[in-house]
Amino acid sequence: MFIMTDMCSFWRTIDPGTLRAIGLVCLADAIVGASFGALAVSGGLDPWLPVAMSVLIFGGGAQFAAVGVVLAGGGALAAVAAGLVLNARLLPFGFAVADAAGRSWRTRLPGAHLITDETVAFTMRHRDPRLRRAVFWTCGLALFACWNVAVAVGALAGRIVGDTGAIGLDAAFPAVLLALVLPSLTDRRLRGAALSGAAVAVATTPFLPPGLPVLLALTGLLLPGTGRGGPAEEAR
Amino acid sequence: MPWLAVAALAAGTYLFRVTGPVLGNRVRLADGLQRSLTAAATVLLVALAAVAALTEGTGWAGWARPAGVLAGAALALRRAPFPVVVIAAAATTALLRLCGVP
Repeated sequence: MFIMTDMCSFWRTIDPGTLRAIGLVCLADAIVGASFGALAVSGGLDPWLPVAMSVLIFGGGAQFAAVGVVLAGGGALAAVAAGLVLNARLLPFGFAVADAAGRSWRTRLPGAHLITDETVAFTMRHRDPRLRRAVFWTCGLALFACWNVAVAVGALAGRIVGDTGAIGLDAAFPAVLLALVLPSLTDRRLRGAALSGAAVAVATTPFLPPGLPVLLALTGLLLPGTGRGGPAEEAR
Repeated sequence: MPWLAVAALAAGTYLFRVTGPVLGNRVRLADGLQRSLTAAATVLLVALAAVAALTEGTGWAGWARPAGVLAGAALALRRAPFPVVVIAAAATTALLRLCGVP
C-alpha cells in the first residue's frame, strides 16, 4: 500500500524523457521476454518452466544461458553454473544502487530482486537520492511486470507459433544483449578482453559441454594489458 | 531443467542481488574488486551474445541469425531505441530466411 502512494509521487519526480526511455526499454524487453518463452516451449520445455524462471530468477541473460545449456543437451549443474556466473555481476550492481533500494527491510529485500542491468543503468544516471529511488523503483517494477507477462504470453504462443525461427525470434536476444553492453565497451582494454573472450567461447562451442564455453570467455581478462582498469564505468 | 535447478539458480541470484542493499551502508566493495566484477560481467555478456548469435547447439547457426544481430548492433551503435534494435534484428533474420538463406 505505501508503495502505491510512493509510486504516485515518484511519477511526478521523474522527467518525461527518462519515463519515455524506461518505457522503450520495457517494450524491447517484452519482445525479448516473449521470444524467451516461445523459444523455451518450442524447444520442448514445459510452459511453467520459463514462467517460473522469469519470476524467480528475473534475469534475461541467465535465463537464456541456462535454457540454452539444457536445450543443447547439457546437464542441470552446467545450466545453474552458467546462470550463476553470469549473475555474479549483480553483486557489484547491488552495492552501486544500495541507497536507491531503500533503507527499511520492507523495501530493501523486495527491492533487491529488481536489480537488473537496466535498472542499474537508469539509476546510475542520477545523483539526487530521491530521484534515484524513484527511477530505481519505477524502472524495476515496470520491467518486472512487462518481462513476466511477456514471457507467459510467449510461452503460450510458443505452442501455436511452432517455428520461432521463421519470425527471427532467435536474433532478438543477442541483439538486445549487444545493445546493452555496447555503451560500456568504450574502454579499449576491456573491448580487447571482451572480443578475445567471445572468440574463445565461439571457437570452443563445438567441442565442450554446453555452458562451459561462455565461462571460458573469462580467459579474455587474462590477456596482457586487458581486464585491469576495467570499464570506464558504471560506478560513477 | 528440473525445478531444483531453477530454485538453486534463483536462490544464488537473489543472494548476489541482496548483498549490496543489506551491507551497502556499512561495507564498501573494494574498488579493484568492483571493477573486476564489472569487467567480468561485460566479457561474459559479450561472449553470451556471440555464442547465441553464431552457434546453434554445437554447430554453426547459419547466416540469417548473425546477419540480423549485426543489423541490430549497427542500429544500437547509432543510438536507435531498444525496440527498434530488437525488431530490426528479428525482421532481418526472418526476411533472410524467407528468401531461403539458412
